[in-house]
Amino acid sequence: MTSRLADRFKALKTQGRTALIPFITAGDPEPRITVPLMHALVEAGADVIELGVPFSDPMADGPVIQKASERALAHHVSLTGVLAMVRDFRAQDPHTPVVLMGYLNPVEVMGYDRFAASAHEVGVDGAVTVDLPPEEGQELIAALRSHAIDPVFLLAPTSDSERIRRIVQSAGGFVYYVSLRGVTGAANFDLTEVVQKLRLIRAQTHLPVGVGFGINSAEMAAKVANVADAVIVGSALVGRIAALASQPQRIVAEAAAFIGQLRAAMDNATASATVSGVRR
Amino acid sequence: MGYALPDEGGHFGRYGGRFVSETLMRPLLELQAAYERLRQDSAFQEEFSEDLRLYVGRPSPLYPARRLTERFGGARVYLKREDLNHTGAHKINNTVGQALLAKRMGKTRVIAETGAGQHGVATASVAARLGLDCVVYMGSEDIQRQAINVYRMKLLGAKVVPVTSGSRTLKDALNEAMRDWVTNIEDTFYIIGTVAGPHPYPAMVRDFQAVIGKEVRYQIMEFEGRLPDALVACVGGGSNAMGLFYPFLDDPAVALIGVEAAGKGLATGRHAAPLSAGRPGVLHGNRTYLMETDDGQIIETHSISAGLDYPGVGPEHAWLKDSGRARYVAVTDDEAIEAFHLLTRVEGIMPALESSHAIAYSGRLARELGRDACIVVNLSGRGDKDVHTIAAREGISL
Repeated sequence: MTSRLADRFKALKTQGRTALIPFITAGDPEPRITVPLMHALVEAGADVIELGVPFSDPMADGPVIQKASERALAHHVSLTGVLAMVRDFRAQDPHTPVVLMGYLNPVEVMGYDRFAASAHEVGVDGAVTVDLPPEEGQELIAALRSHAIDPVFLLAPTSDSERIRRIVQSAGGFVYYVSLRGVTGAANFDLTEVVQKLRLIRAQTHLPVGVGFGINSAEMAAKVANVADAVIVGSALVGRIAALASQPQRIVAEAAAFIGQLRAAMDNATASATVSGVRR
Repeated sequence: MGYALPDEGGHFGRYGGRFVSETLMRPLLELQAAYERLRQDSAFQEEFSEDLRLYVGRPSPLYPARRLTERFGGARVYLKREDLNHTGAHKINNTVGQALLAKRMGKTRVIAETGAGQHGVATASVAARLGLDCVVYMGSEDIQRQAINVYRMKLLGAKVVPVTSGSRTLKDALNEAMRDWVTNIEDTFYIIGTVAGPHPYPAMVRDFQAVIGKEVRYQIMEFEGRLPDALVACVGGGSNAMGLFYPFLDDPAVALIGVEAAGKGLATGRHAAPLSAGRPGVLHGNRTYLMETDDGQIIETHSISAGLDYPGVGPEHAWLKDSGRARYVAVTDDEAIEAFHLLTRVEGIMPALESSHAIAYSGRLARELGRDACIVVNLSGRGDKDVHTIAAREGISL
């Protein structure tokens, strides 16, 4: 079965380009901004949108994304509300894949099957559940798959070959390599280590591999673009949104400008790498 | 022993498990392997027992509370005196065990979360004794409320980090400690203070606390020549209750009763009683009963007792509730305070406000069971830390 995610990655591969996946928290800093922001990110060069579902206890996130969750929750943004945002987005954009990223409990309360069915119905393409390893996730994975939602999984620097094998068996859409130890937004990125790990991961799966956690500049995005199938940018973008929380009318334009810079730097890097033959 | 939970993945029926981000999976698997190995290691177990005897001061007495029994007018009431342990509560049993484990695993730094500060103090104490660096995460709200314990931790050489995210209380301190651990997994051991968190913590903390129930089993023989009819303990995360209950799980004639904090009353919603009034969900690495909104967001709890002020509960308690092996009730702030005064005045023992919840319920239970019965109540901690709270409620400034 074909999916928006698979189609998008296939098209990018043909073009020799790397996917750019911005992450924003739904409803941050206020709900009405989210859908226009998603469209603007696509316009600026995003290939997939990763939409964070706010949660009261975001254990795996650093301060930037924690605060984004808190701002959204101050507006009572719920999982149901996030699904409604995707429906609105989808009405104007039938092509760009949307991946939800969040914690298990809101999904648990909604019910796995109800969540998967609603997500499919509004046009969600994938779901990352940060605190759900495959060992605990088989029931949710089955529900997602039965509604054509790709279960996207994280891999970490601490994942050995055995764990990578186990995780990619459950994964769909793409896998998301968390390129550093620690929480989102931390600052100990090591490109050499990333390259080594990507080799290990690709030995076990044909799924595209995205790299995220710690990518905060066009320069860094360009470097990662040459080694990964997707560059995921979260805290750096959310931090820019946070800085404008009191002037929300500026958020859409500035976020788009930032994504546009990353896009240009990535495309330059992949184009020259293709010419010189270093890109795989 | 017939009872053999959790399973390999840390499940107690549908509860428990390991719900964490991928980055934490390997450290948790390593911890599990190390713990499994040392659990069977007699040298480790001997060292642990020696520390409990010489450092903690075990066994703690089982005290026949005769005047309290008279007051209640029913079953004979025995108090398990965990308040007499070094640092003043049951918390130290577990921190001694986990710190030994940290040392054996070659870790040089320990971290902990704390609400009222008791687990923080217990962790800082064992860290000082073993020469380990110690960082304690504490909600900024709780730091305000528990200034003395914060200073005690500092005197012991620990760094206390205020947590300003979320509701700025225990649950947020736990989130922050997890974030520290995920960033520093190479050299850091996370000493969780209760029977919650991802596997193997609920089982490991229970095992370290089980010394409480093991002692009660032989101590009660001296007075009664038989096992008690009921065990009563307060339940926040539930470690003192699990420690007392666990060695009795295969004795169906012994009733197990956990007492949650009903705060201002279950009907007001201002409480901390997930087993009595919550529903199952996933938080802090395990599936258990939680206090949450209809959207699955965790809500702020209320209890006069900081140690019970937590929106979740250990997954084994969730299982014991559903299976019917244990029963869970709730006691309000007012009832707990009344019990605090009662025990202080009739026995000359000032209980922690947490333990006062168990005392309060034991009065009701003693009358129900009648004079032929006997019950053991876990006096999990001493009340010195709560004197300010009591005074403030009575309008007295100290």
